[in-house]
Amino acid sequence: MGSLYRSEEMAACQLFLQAEAAYASISELGELGLVQFKDMNPDLNSFQRKFVNEVRRCEEMERKLRFLEKEIARDQIPMPDPKEIPNSPEPREMILLETTFEKLEKEMNEVNVNATTLKKNFLDLTELKHILTNAQTFFDEAEFEIDGSTISMSDRAAVLPPPPPTASPSRTLGPTGNIRFVAGVVLRERIPTFERLLWRSCRGNVFLRQKEIDTPLEDPNTGEEVMKSVFVIFFQGEQLKAKVKKICEGFRATLYQCPETANERREMAAGIQTRIEDLNTVLSQSLDHRHRVLVSIADDMKAWHMKVRKIKAVYHVLNMFNVDVTQKYLIGECWCAERHRSRIETALRTGTERSGSSVPSILNRMETTEHPPTYNCTNKFTKVFQSIVDSYGVAGYREVNPAPFTIVTFPFLFSLMFGDSGHGVLMFMAALAMVVMETKLMQTKSDNEIWNIFFGGRYIILLMGGFSIYAGLMYNDIFSKSFNIFGSGWYPHPQRYSEHTIDHHKDLTLDPTNNSDYRGHPYPFGMDPVWQMSLNKITWLNSFKMKISIIFGVSQMFFGVILSLQNSRYFRNSVNIFCEFLPQMLFLSCIFGYLIVLILYKWIAINATMSACAPSLLIDLINMFLLNYPLEPCSSAEFYDGQKSFQSFLLLLALVCVPWLLIAKPIILKRQHSKKQVQLLNNNDEFEGRKSTEINLDGETQTSKQKDGRKDSHTGHEEEEEFSFGEAFVHQCIHTIEYCLGCISHTASYLRLWALSLAHAELSEVLWNMVFRVALKMSGYTGLIAIFILFTPWAVLTIAILLLMEGLSAFLHTLRLHWVEFQSKFYKGDGYLFDPFRFDKIIEVSADD
Amino acid sequence: MTIPCCGPKCSGFCAFISVWGIIMLAVLGAFFYVHAPSLAEDLPINMPLWRKQDYNYNYVKDLYRKAAVNCWIAAGIYVATFILSCIMLKINLRQSNSS
Repeated sequence: MGSLYRSEEMAACQLFLQAEAAYASISELGELGLVQFKDMNPDLNSFQRKFVNEVRRCEEMERKLRFLEKEIARDQIPMPDPKEIPNSPEPREMILLETTFEKLEKEMNEVNVNATTLKKNFLDLTELKHILTNAQTFFDEAEFEIDGSTISMSDRAAVLPPPPPTASPSRTLGPTGNIRFVAGVVLRERIPTFERLLWRSCRGNVFLRQKEIDTPLEDPNTGEEVMKSVFVIFFQGEQLKAKVKKICEGFRATLYQCPETANERREMAAGIQTRIEDLNTVLSQSLDHRHRVLVSIADDMKAWHMKVRKIKAVYHVLNMFNVDVTQKYLIGECWCAERHRSRIETALRTGTERSGSSVPSILNRMETTEHPPTYNCTNKFTKVFQSIVDSYGVAGYREVNPAPFTIVTFPFLFSLMFGDSGHGVLMFMAALAMVVMETKLMQTKSDNEIWNIFFGGRYIILLMGGFSIYAGLMYNDIFSKSFNIFGSGWYPHPQRYSEHTIDHHKDLTLDPTNNSDYRGHPYPFGMDPVWQMSLNKITWLNSFKMKISIIFGVSQMFFGVILSLQNSRYFRNSVNIFCEFLPQMLFLSCIFGYLIVLILYKWIAINATMSACAPSLLIDLINMFLLNYPLEPCSSAEFYDGQKSFQSFLLLLALVCVPWLLIAKPIILKRQHSKKQVQLLNNNDEFEGRKSTEINLDGETQTSKQKDGRKDSHTGHEEEEEFSFGEAFVHQCIHTIEYCLGCISHTASYLRLWALSLAHAELSEVLWNMVFRVALKMSGYTGLIAIFILFTPWAVLTIAILLLMEGLSAFLHTLRLHWVEFQSKFYKGDGYLFDPFRFDKIIEVSADD
Repeated sequence: MTIPCCGPKCSGFCAFISVWGIIMLAVLGAFFYVHAPSLAEDLPINMPLWRKQDYNYNYVKDLYRKAAVNCWIAAGIYVATFILSCIMLKINLRQSNSS
């Protein structure tokens, strides 16, 4: 387990893989997940790469898998996740998978096509059956009307001319009469338009009879169920027949041959019935078969998906390699952590063994001028803190990582703003529940973003709750009430407060001097509980909380500046130490360090008897800057000997730091640069294998061995020749202004610790007074019912407003304090994250798609 | 068994509030019983009546006791609510398991 203090040491390595062993080695490295590959062919598009065929085959396999998944989903068969992630398959297994998928796809397609055909036939037969059953009624009706020669119920019915006298008085209309008919089935919603069109186009000479089919029929193409009606059209003559047929086609009505005699119809109906039954059997059997096939593969679907994805990922990585001249080796470059090298080499050996190749792979460390990625090894606890830091900016390579400090300072500053033990307990228990049921909750993958955010931050919420309990005890605030554990330090002296005094005064002030109302020593732990009931609680707490906010804020800023010293020492940047760290430290100490000392002095040395002339620190600070030392209001007068000269000295020191910070560094850099030029001019003859010191623009010193001497030293020279004094000066100017103004504004910014804690305390108190106290103020049975009823809204509002809203607000402010006020003192944040090639990440990402 | 009158989330929420109510009202009742001064402002003190009794402390003590009893009985009612919501939860679970 690496240290979280700085990012890991990274090594750029060259990887030589034999072509046969390449696949196995890369898949072993994928399982390991410790190597980040560099793309050696960035200017090739995906079609020009070496393994493009294999990638294409993988995508074809994925397409087949998606098709099968859709079929399985259509039948609503569940696809369980595999119990363990399958290992990446061998290349020969890929061919096996391909043939399996192809076979399955073909089978599915056949079954589907057959099913469609069968369903179509089924539909035809069913419609015909309906026609036959309804035909008799049609003919009866029609005959009745024709015989009766009366107009039927609807006016739309066509009036047919009476049959010619030569017509045989047969009961059925047949070809002996000129009346002919067609029978068919059409969608129910089209019937009215159908009728109207027939009437208009045939000029009322056709006769439509229709009846609705009660059961819905399944359309074979869409699989939907539609309602249809049977109809019979009677007409006379060939032309009308042609027209009718055309109209039927237009309305997509299917026409059927309907026999004219009742006997024939009955025979046909019987025949159709048997055919329908046969068809049903065949259909159900083929659907059963399809279902069985799908069930048999449903268990393997997810595992296959993962395998195909792994294969594709390996080939993508192999595409990043270069092929050497002999076509037998693949050469690639990668980043890996220095201390993981042995594990990587073991993985490579395993890969070589798996592929049965005899030639080992070589992992060769190489020197490079590129910036290495930042790799922080985190566990489930530190992951969330590291992600908080990384959200603002990824740390530069080997820079001090703020994350381990954030583990403590973040919950601490949060608790200063949240300080209520009752709410802290609730938060702590909620987080504890999440942590204890961690493994179970991680398996149920939820889509709910908000839940995922809360669950991912369970450790930070746990710490925030725990720290808040402590802060609540210090502020003596539990659901806006105070606990009196040790006995308050204040007690009104019985001689001073008689009944007469209390009766005639609305407000009384307890006197802490002379130990009259104050027992002499304070409440041992936290805020005295008497303050909860006093009217000037806020005045007192304001002063107290503002001062501790300043103390904690300036301490955190001091700590930030010290971390910048650590960075300068690690990168051996002595220019920074003398030209940045020292003036920064002095500036901060002279002004704000002195302020802290004053605060502590005032707390310790000034007691209640001196309260009339207690020094006002803010006025004193302002006067220090204005060099103004009045005698008049005794709170602004000097309160220790030599104050004037000492403060003037501090002011002078702070003012000196500003040009020191501004000018020293660019001048020194310029001098170093010109010295460098002279040195290089003298040593221009030697090239190979020389140690030289390079100084980059921002002053980081690195030693590097020049390997390919000539080329590298030239590029090194080019870097130095680009040093521009103006640019360095502007850069330093910005840094100075940012730091000096930042000191003042950030110190004031830390006052939000006071502001939010005040807001939280007041909200909590208002909630209690306005909601719960109403219930307690009622007596008797109404009081009882009121307590029972009003507790729930009080609880709900506590959770909604005080826990969620205030919690979120305090979280955000703490985040800002860390990102801006703390990290601006030392953090460069210009790195990029180490992104290793890992199978589990690829599978997770694609599972979300 | 029977149709639950609230779904799984509602019954879970009711169970949680009931537990919180039981614990908090019991503790609050205890604090009222020991005459905690922090809770003095929550008492239904009738100032003119108290003045008539010459600001007798027993009046306040009596009020404290009454408030404590009220809180404890309310905690008891929340016990009943808790049992009810647990039953609802069980019914919901059984329904979701069977369907």
